[in-house]
Amino acid sequence: MGELRLMKGNEAIAEAAIRSGVDAYYGYPITPQSEILEYLMSEEPYKRTGMVVLQAESEIASVNMVYGAGAGGKKAMTTSSSPGISLMQEGLSYIAGAEIPCLIVNVVRGGPGLGTIQPSQSDYFQTTKGGGHGDYRLIALAPASVQEMSDFVKLGFELAFKYRNPVMLQADGVIGQMMEKVELFDQMPRLTDQEIIAKYPWATTGKPKSRERNIITSLDLEALKQEEFNLHLQRKYKEVTENETRYELVNCEDAEYLLVAYGSSARISLKTVQLAREKGLKVGLVRPITLWPFPSKIISELADKVKGMLCVEMSAGQMIEDVILATLGKTKVLHYGRLGGVIPSPDEVLVALETQIIGGK
Amino acid sequence: MEDVKIEDVIKIEDIIKQENLVFSKTKNLTDKTMSFCPGCGHGVAHRITMEVLEEMGISEDTIGIAPVGCSVLAYEFMNIDMQQAAHGRAPAVATGLKRVYPDKYVFTYQGDGDLAAIGTGETIHACNRGENIVIIFVNNGIYGMTGGQMAPTTLAGMKTSTSPYGRDVETMGAPLKITEVVALLPGTCYVTRQSVHTPGNVRKAKKAIRKAFENQKAKKGLSFIEIVSNCNSGWKMTPVDSNKWMEENMFPFYPLGDIKDEFKLLQK
Ligand SMILES: Cc1ncc(C[n+]2csc(CCOP(=O)(O)OP(=O)(O)O)c2C)c(N)n1
Repeated sequence: MGELRLMKGNEAIAEAAIRSGVDAYYGYPITPQSEILEYLMSEEPYKRTGMVVLQAESEIASVNMVYGAGAGGKKAMTTSSSPGISLMQEGLSYIAGAEIPCLIVNVVRGGPGLGTIQPSQSDYFQTTKGGGHGDYRLIALAPASVQEMSDFVKLGFELAFKYRNPVMLQADGVIGQMMEKVELFDQMPRLTDQEIIAKYPWATTGKPKSRERNIITSLDLEALKQEEFNLHLQRKYKEVTENETRYELVNCEDAEYLLVAYGSSARISLKTVQLAREKGLKVGLVRPITLWPFPSKIISELADKVKGMLCVEMSAGQMIEDVILATLGKTKVLHYGRLGGVIPSPDEVLVALETQIIGGK
Repeated sequence: MEDVKIEDVIKIEDIIKQENLVFSKTKNLTDKTMSFCPGCGHGVAHRITMEVLEEMGISEDTIGIAPVGCSVLAYEFMNIDMQQAAHGRAPAVATGLKRVYPDKYVFTYQGDGDLAAIGTGETIHACNRGENIVIIFVNNGIYGMTGGQMAPTTLAGMKTSTSPYGRDVETMGAPLKITEVVALLPGTCYVTRQSVHTPGNVRKAKKAIRKAFENQKAKKGLSFIEIVSNCNSGWKMTPVDSNKWMEENMFPFYPLGDIKDEFKLLQK
């Protein structure tokens, strides 16, 4: 058993970063995730593992620092919240286009604009449908506990390097700020420069005479070559979809009605399932763990069996579009959400389920 | 008299011999034909940068960051490991890389729009932190790649496609001497302004680039080399006229020479 600690979600991310053998963290403060940079600065991981921690002048700079380090084959990450993630979109598009592995954490707050520092899930579109320009995808992980905040840092880097693709960990202010028991994984060593050269032959580590130069770029001015590269990306995304789609099912075997929710909304919906079952209602929960690739297949299969699905999101209804695409009219799919930083209660979700889906026409 | 052809008298094979070789291209440049307009300074700036790396024996340990601008394809010509950065972001990319590879050599190569307009923030802060990198800054007073629009460095009154009646400093701002600005920051060790339009200037510029990489070797912090260059296409002049115009108009506003050395501003 690993070391047990009571931690905030944000702190769990920071500690997991050190323990995953991350080489560099570059970040800029923003609520509700500034604890990550603060924790790292006070932990001084450069003394523990040699990990670099640098406060950048902006999120634009942070994400480009991640680009530089990641293109050198190093494990690099940054974290921010919604307005900062908006600033990073250019960099994320370049990182996806240059196929640089790295981890970006978004502890989502309410928007649009400066919005609020309260928790929200209104960045789903930005995370899963691009945000930046071009046909690219981020592998998106949605933790629903402080434990997963820690575990998904490690998982995120594994996926990032396996597919040479940026990974987005999309949390929200609730999971970032709440404290829970976490079982921490043991310290992993940072790779040496020699190990990086051996493992990642594409990395810009300095050109020896024995190989051609390595170039990290997203540019190809010739349309046919650019199309070829885009097709390569699409093949990669298909492979990720086939291998890495993750979700959790709770009480779905006999369910007549389903809640579909991720992150904090899934935690709330879990309680709603319990309340519904106490009333004798056969309700289950589908929790997407990867927002992209989205668990469309299982949702489609479940749509054949149930009488309706309620998507619970702290947004005006973003994930619901993917649920509707997955179910294609096979069952009733409606949305319940609170906006602008308001967190729904399990009881109000139950009322919504009973009136909109179970009792509704 | 009988017709004597030159090739009957002098055989080309006799000339191309190892012992007659007086000049060769650095191995750090590929054989690819450069995409720069004939007469433009970018090619020379590329070459002397690559020569310095070879002469210092650090080519295998150097990673270059190419910008967005005419030199976006620098990696096609520079035969070393290269990264291409988003417009203006090269100093941040270089920071991220250098911090995790403190013993490698890292340089950025940027135009004036890239460095002094869209990337001003990244430039100032990398300089202020004294990142141990080299910045090579080619100032041609114009946006070359996109077809000759006004740059932050465009001279007052200078005509460009987006200042067709001349740069009006009242409404468009005055030309930005970014090099003098970064010289004021404590993190910059060596700041100089050079040109590559005459053999003498090429030699001086190359010496400056060498010094910058020596500084990086000695871990002294940031060295910043501006190269004032022509853009004969963008300025709509012949290469010869553009160099003359540069001497007469650019150099009075952007005077050549060292501005800061060993962290000390030099009095002029
Ligand atoms: C975000 C963004 N904005 C605008 C452009 C278009 N663009 C490409 S190069 C360039 C200007 C480059 O000028 P400069 O940095 O002076 O370099 P030069 O081409 O003169 O060498 C611009 C505006 C871009 N590629 N990306």
